[in-house]
Amino acid sequence: MNWEVVIGLEIHVQLNTQSKIFSSATTAYGADANTQACAVDLGLPGVLPVLNKMAVRKAVQFGIAVNAEIAAESVFSRKNYFYPDLPKGYQISQFELPIVGKGELSIDLEEGGSKVIGITRAHLEEDAGKSLHEDFAGMTGIDLNRSGTPLLEIVSEPEMSSAKEAVAYMRKIHSIVRYLEISDGNMQEGSFRCDANVSVRPVGEAALGTRTEIKNLNSFRFIERAINHEVERQIEVIEAGGRIVQETRLYDADDDSTRPMRSKEEANDYRYFPDPDLLPVAIDEALLAEVRAEMPEMPYVRAQRYQDSYGLTLEDAQQLTTSQAIAAYFDAVVKVVPKSAKLITNWVCGDLAAKLKQENLSMAQSLVNAEAMTQLIQRIADGTISGKIAKDVFQAMWTSKASADDIIQQQGLQQISDVGELEALVAQVVEDNPKQVEQYLSGKDKVFGFFVGKLMQMTKGKANPQQVTDLLKAKLVRD
Amino acid sequence: MHNLTLAQQLQALAAGEFSSVELTQHYIKRIESHQDSLNAFITFTPELALEEAKKADQRTADKPLLNGIPLALKDIFCTQGVKTSCGSKMLDNFIAPYDATVVTKLKQAGAVSLGKTNMDEFGMGSSSESSYYGDVKNPWDLSRVPGGSSGGSAAAVAARLATASMGTDTGGSIRQPAAFCGITGLKPTYGRVSRYGMIAYASSLDQGGPFGVSALDCAYLLQAIAGHDAKDSTSVDQPVDEYTTSINDDIRGLRIGLPEEFFDEGLDADIRAKIDNACDQLRELGCVIKPISLPNAKLAIAAYYVIAPAECSSNLSRFDGVRFGYRCEDPVDLADLYSRSRSEAFGAEVKRRIMVGAYALSAGYYDAYYLRAQKIRRLISEDYQKAFAEVDVVLSPTTPTTAFKTHEKVDDPITMYLSDIYTIGVNLAGLPGISIPVGFSQQLPVGMQMVSTYFAEDTLLRIAHQFQQHTDWHLQTPAEFE
Repeated sequence: MNWEVVIGLEIHVQLNTQSKIFSSATTAYGADANTQACAVDLGLPGVLPVLNKMAVRKAVQFGIAVNAEIAAESVFSRKNYFYPDLPKGYQISQFELPIVGKGELSIDLEEGGSKVIGITRAHLEEDAGKSLHEDFAGMTGIDLNRSGTPLLEIVSEPEMSSAKEAVAYMRKIHSIVRYLEISDGNMQEGSFRCDANVSVRPVGEAALGTRTEIKNLNSFRFIERAINHEVERQIEVIEAGGRIVQETRLYDADDDSTRPMRSKEEANDYRYFPDPDLLPVAIDEALLAEVRAEMPEMPYVRAQRYQDSYGLTLEDAQQLTTSQAIAAYFDAVVKVVPKSAKLITNWVCGDLAAKLKQENLSMAQSLVNAEAMTQLIQRIADGTISGKIAKDVFQAMWTSKASADDIIQQQGLQQISDVGELEALVAQVVEDNPKQVEQYLSGKDKVFGFFVGKLMQMTKGKANPQQVTDLLKAKLVRD
Repeated sequence: MHNLTLAQQLQALAAGEFSSVELTQHYIKRIESHQDSLNAFITFTPELALEEAKKADQRTADKPLLNGIPLALKDIFCTQGVKTSCGSKMLDNFIAPYDATVVTKLKQAGAVSLGKTNMDEFGMGSSSESSYYGDVKNPWDLSRVPGGSSGGSAAAVAARLATASMGTDTGGSIRQPAAFCGITGLKPTYGRVSRYGMIAYASSLDQGGPFGVSALDCAYLLQAIAGHDAKDSTSVDQPVDEYTTSINDDIRGLRIGLPEEFFDEGLDADIRAKIDNACDQLRELGCVIKPISLPNAKLAIAAYYVIAPAECSSNLSRFDGVRFGYRCEDPVDLADLYSRSRSEAFGAEVKRRIMVGAYALSAGYYDAYYLRAQKIRRLISEDYQKAFAEVDVVLSPTTPTTAFKTHEKVDDPITMYLSDIYTIGVNLAGLPGISIPVGFSQQLPVGMQMVSTYFAEDTLLRIAHQFQQHTDWHLQTPAEFE
């Protein structure tokens, strides 16, 4: 039998607000346990939540980015259950009336073309703390630093039909939240987590099969593997005459398998009800207009513009639009030298990106700013220096913060393009190396590189490589 | 000294007739001699009180509003460094690490705290008998209850163990004990006073408010505690009136409505007579009395006993034995830790309400109970709004009976719940209400409740104050505590 796969994703995005969603404690990651939890995060008797307005704004930004309905009034509810890392005995979340309603997102398919995936809703909620099961010899430690961190839970329609599509969707959401700068998207630190609802049905069948929910998917690689495994497992069970149990399964990356966590049938009744400590969240037209006005050009729109205006490839355009900072850097340079778009792309996504990564800096912290980069690109484009020399100039710019022109001037790095000078050098090389000349003339093409190398050695790499090639070819004519 | 009202004590302090330390010492002695018979306090803090009194006496210029006045606080308000038990074994070991906003404001106003008063466990009760720390007694008759849940605060003022006190009111927990103890108690508009640091029972109904000998005393306290608090999203950003000044404004022509539903055959004849007398007095003062109707009033108790337990079932989840409060000994696993900590530390009434509330919120019952109760709540609010189109104040008895005997209703929760029949609708609607003494029935105080529209506490205080200018019911003290 042929099977069709149906996947829906719930993605938890940690919003990068300074303080928590309902308290003024900091959200910074990695501090000593329980040092970043105030009375509200600890759920002490008598404390009350106060909504962080920035969390609301960031949720609205996301909603606008995926063309979603933004609720004029949304409501926080309490999701009641007991767990030691849930200090109040309930999580403040949104249930019936989420802040972001129906939206949609287009993903690029591997086989070409694109597919629109529906977004059911996105709602704000607080994160729980962490239970630390190791290190405490038979006991469990509780760290409430994460308690109250703002999350945006983005729920998709069950409209993905392969693990690859699920990954593409997840990557797209990841790129949007990173690009909007509403989350750092750090998967290792848990800022971007995903649960997948997976079911299979015979091709042509209209009704959905029984689904399982796979939790704990915190990398793109895991999600693809976990879904594929779960699909195989489900098909095996059904083909063997079995029945899929609706349950939550945990993905274990170590042995690359899923195992049941708890059955939905015996799951908690969360006894949701509107949180009486919080007023409904009102988003009026004025606020909506304000957020709209602040929205950056979206990455897919920008990438399309780069392809249309500068003839860049889709891949290049996408690389340039992974963050607002990268795109803004590119824009600043390309504005001055639009004809060198490809060259700029190579520099921004190549040497500059590598350097930033190496030194663990963000684009904003780059020691070579867009203006300095523009001059470097201009000198490459006008032939003042070769691409190879440019790498040294870039390195010097990075360390000394001097301009490209100053470095080229001071170190005498101008390319030698004077025909007379180059002709003399070529003649000398030919004269000094009769053996190699003979080899070349007798058909050994590889030897040509030797002459180029000699010339570059003599000029410390400053000879115009194209001219050197031309002159050598003219000089070493085979009969 | 203790027979002076708060307003009179302020004058005496200003005139140098006595110091705050002397006044505080006087109350400390009174508490020491009467604590055993009344059990009004859970935690008594004489040293802290004397320190605060000393500081108050040292203030010379710009004395704050309540400078040097000794108060008692219901043990539901978190007080930094002082045990805050909420009347429960669950919090017997809980020392709050912060002050409730109300406590901060009272400190800023220069008040002196004598200690924390006894109460029904977590505010759940109408008799102050569900406390882990034992029953509170009514100063007018020690064999009777003081009302609840703020029974300790009411008894303390009635017995003149403190000048005034703070309580909280979720279904009548200020007004009913004020009525039973023959003092004045004000429940402000929901949102008028910050709930931050007030241990939550039913968040959408809870509101802190003052007990005093007189309406003017309550006005002083309300002046100090009212106002918007950024830490409480449900507190309302509305200017605070000058209650102590506006209290003297004319009340002639104010319209007072008597809901016919509250004056039916269920009402004790003697209480009815006292209310009638009070109405006559108000007529003499120029008020217009007329009948009105609150057609859905009879549904209030049913709605309240769904909504309040529902909220409490969630609010009390944080008491799980994990981070603070009571933890059972040697739990074998997590479920055991939860269930034994909670079943060993919560009393019967608290458990009853948690179970009722969890049931009302559970899947399949939510619509039938919780949502329906919310609809009734809206109807009751609308009834009051219609009434306020015709009258300025809705007047009724505060309670259907006077103080009942200790243990008389403990085993009959429904009858106990019915003692809040006149007060509960006011919480559901979020309105302000006041209870003032209007006489005695068989030597027990009778209370009269007045309710006004949102944020019209000034109207209530005005009428009560001017009534008290022409009567002396509020100045009576129980014989044993003169």
